[in-house]
Amino acid sequence: MQLIDQHTKRIMEGCKARAREAGLRFQDETLEYIVTNRDLLELSPKLMIPTLYDYWVHDVEVLKEKGKYELYPGNPYETVINTRPAISFYNDNNPDWLNVMIFYHVLAHIDFFQNNLFFRHTWDDDFTGQALADKRTIARLRAERGRWVDYVIEFARGIDNLVGYHDELARIDRARQPRTAARVDYYFDVFLQSVRQVKTNAYIEEIERYNRCAAESPHTCEDVFFAEVEHRYPEFGSLYQKYRQRPAPGRQDLLQHLMAHSEFLNREDNRWMKTVIEVVRQTALFFQPQIRTKIMNEGWASYWHEKLFLRDDRISGHEVDYARVNAGVTALPRVGLNPYALGMRLFEHIEALAAKGRYAFGFQRLRDTHARERYDDGRGGGQAFIFEVRENGSDFTFINTFVDQAFIDRHRLFVAGRRLDPARMVWQYYVRSREADAYRQMLIGALYHPPHVTVSPQPGPDGALQLVHRFEGKPLVTEFIANTLLGIEYLWGAPVCLETSEVVPAAPAPAGDGGALPLAAPREEAPPVSHTWQRVRYTMKSRILRREVLDQAAAA
Amino acid sequence: MSGDLRDRPGLAMARFSPTMRLRSLDELLERDRQRESDGFPRKIRVGRMIKPGAGRKGKVVVVPTTVEEKLIHDTQFQPPTEDRQGGGSGAGEPGEVIGEEPVRPEGAGAGTGPGQGEGANHEMESSAYDLGRILTEQFQLPNLKDKGKKRSLTRYSYHLTDRHVGQGQLLDKKATLRRILETNIQLGRIDPAEVDTGELMIAPRDKVYRVLSPEKDLESQAMVFFLRDYSGSMDGKPTELVVTQHVLIYSWLLYQYARQVESRFILHDTEAREVQDFYTYYNSKVAGGTQVASALRLVNDLVARESLARDYNIYVFHGTDGDDWDTDGSHTLPELRRMLDYASRVGFTVVERAFVREAGSEVSRYLKASGLLESQSRLLRLDTLPEETDEPRLIEGIRRLTAE
Repeated sequence: MQLIDQHTKRIMEGCKARAREAGLRFQDETLEYIVTNRDLLELSPKLMIPTLYDYWVHDVEVLKEKGKYELYPGNPYETVINTRPAISFYNDNNPDWLNVMIFYHVLAHIDFFQNNLFFRHTWDDDFTGQALADKRTIARLRAERGRWVDYVIEFARGIDNLVGYHDELARIDRARQPRTAARVDYYFDVFLQSVRQVKTNAYIEEIERYNRCAAESPHTCEDVFFAEVEHRYPEFGSLYQKYRQRPAPGRQDLLQHLMAHSEFLNREDNRWMKTVIEVVRQTALFFQPQIRTKIMNEGWASYWHEKLFLRDDRISGHEVDYARVNAGVTALPRVGLNPYALGMRLFEHIEALAAKGRYAFGFQRLRDTHARERYDDGRGGGQAFIFEVRENGSDFTFINTFVDQAFIDRHRLFVAGRRLDPARMVWQYYVRSREADAYRQMLIGALYHPPHVTVSPQPGPDGALQLVHRFEGKPLVTEFIANTLLGIEYLWGAPVCLETSEVVPAAPAPAGDGGALPLAAPREEAPPVSHTWQRVRYTMKSRILRREVLDQAAAA
Repeated sequence: MSGDLRDRPGLAMARFSPTMRLRSLDELLERDRQRESDGFPRKIRVGRMIKPGAGRKGKVVVVPTTVEEKLIHDTQFQPPTEDRQGGGSGAGEPGEVIGEEPVRPEGAGAGTGPGQGEGANHEMESSAYDLGRILTEQFQLPNLKDKGKKRSLTRYSYHLTDRHVGQGQLLDKKATLRRILETNIQLGRIDPAEVDTGELMIAPRDKVYRVLSPEKDLESQAMVFFLRDYSGSMDGKPTELVVTQHVLIYSWLLYQYARQVESRFILHDTEAREVQDFYTYYNSKVAGGTQVASALRLVNDLVARESLARDYNIYVFHGTDGDDWDTDGSHTLPELRRMLDYASRVGFTVVERAFVREAGSEVSRYLKASGLLESQSRLLRLDTLPEETDEPRLIEGIRRLTAE
């Protein structure tokens, strides 16, 4: 692993200047490394962070990847990691013109990392430095505790996809609220109503007394008011303190809940486990936005490398080479999805529409097809609009808001289906739908979406931890439940229950065998299969998993 | 990164690699065994094979894998008959067929003659052999007791293989030249800028000859038939389980018989066919109906036609989801009885889908009803797996199928 040479670095600096001119914003310093294929194989299980903590699963992955590489050699052009300064990795031996293209692509990624609000919580730290500190902590613990460190890592990673990523964002985003009014709120909203349960007229009297105080002494109002209150209810002060220290309800993810409330983890000689869990949790939080902005991030980078490369004066003579490479990266496949291609085209589409003011209310209100086709408010500003999209969007909002029928029609996109023609024993690929809704649903269905699992506030029998999986039309992967719950049980130190939904096993379908179908033309479009769902509770107790059916609720 | 380096004096920059503490497979497996004594299930699987996507000459490499289990949504919970969907672009009306792909790409059988990459095959074998060793040692699979005692399998043939300095049957020119050059370099008689071969000195000791020497020629001791149901109902998990188990059995036998194993691969739906190699066997996709008898009949015919029973220990392993159109086994059982006359072991692996578990699948039902499992218990074994089987259970299954 070595830094790129001065010549190449100069190319990079030239790219930076041009990218800035075009409007991209990113920190000045970047680091570029040349890596060998072997380095890449060893980096990828660590999600390209060279300083990530050691863990045996990574070793297994490396061994696997090496085997795989023997069969399918192939290298990415570049990889960027979201650190301060941003680090990117390259293969050796790229010609200069190709480097220009790749650097623009990389700079757009960096711009995205450093401006998209979903990355807000990663802006203030250098993750490689943090990871290095964590790696050392874990290495030290491993020297003391041996393999038990790896078990804790394993069990924590088992639930690291349930981290409260959005809560974390909300916590950062929430404007600091003035804390002064809190005591008044507590007194009137909670204390009087729930704790003392005073009568309505007493309550109104208190409000009037407060208003009087406010009118008489606007500056010392609260002190005067509460002096009286504390006299009347001596317990008020301590109750209020308790209330403030209470964690906000429902704002802890599972890992936090375990760290805060598990007796096992809070035992004197198990405290070290919390350090490990916190490392795993922070790492998971760090990678969350990357998974959730794949299409946008790749689209944004492809959009900019195309735009900036064609404008670049240093590469004349290599337009054909460029076109060939670029087509490979950004072609829309006949069947299948290419996030680079899709994201890039969607950004272009948004830009074109926004330039004509078609996201404005005036356009949305138009019903006349002709008027819609010709609509152009002449204000321009398409590019400013996509900059805003890149700042505020994630894959879900990007697709959900902007994939419209015009986009589908313009790029002739469709949802492709596959079915068996049993007479000729071929799979047929066919155009299933060209509706924007169907296409959008297909895309959204493919996005990362971890299950929503919450901790129920009241513990079950034997101090069992009660987890509830909110049903969203899909079951959990059954094979993984046992080992995941085993890990949670270990960390919780008591039994764990998980409530989830599963499909009621159906009777064997008579046509379950492909050959048993009528040997006629390809099967007609099958009616959507309706499943009967039931609520199921898994209980992990003393490392033994039990399953019980709670109730059956028909759902389509 | 560089900060980390400074903490480890004496470490050269060039040696730096992000995963310096990379452990070997054996170490990882040792660690995995430790898990069991700590009361946690094993996590590392060996023997997942990665196959080439296209082209028949691909390699197969055995690698360890592990899955980080999490609570995640199951997006493929619909029955396998459901259409799959994805994206696409280009021309075509809704409903229009835009392309076809054969369910089972042909050209596998005929196209791969004897000229097809020997090296590739060997490569697969050597890593499968390692896997067999790992299975035997790490997972304590039984060692076969009477391997190779039935008849003498060693004979000698003579080849010009060994090298000999100074005298022999045939001058090995390449080796000789190399030695001559070595000698002359040591003597300082070679100027790298201008090599004059006329000036080279040739010592008698530099001449290398090949001599005839006896080579052990081992005959294969075992012939293994792998049979696999590839009907439509096998889609997904059952196929994966069956194929994985067959890989493991194959590897284990390869080790047990010190590589002297020949294997034949047979696929069947309503008809059976023999395929040339493991890749085809592994890769062929599922569709069609099911007639278990067809595969057994083909094995019986092959064994009779090539009189294999005389020369080999014959093992037959059959993997299926237990679905059979021959519901009472009236066709299958006679073929099975014929087979038990010569086979050393016949093992059925039945991966039962959730919905048949109560009643039992057709195959396991008629096998049980036939009484053969008891009367021929040394020869015939049945292992019934649920669909959600994990690898330790698969290996346990091998123990059941192969144990004495």
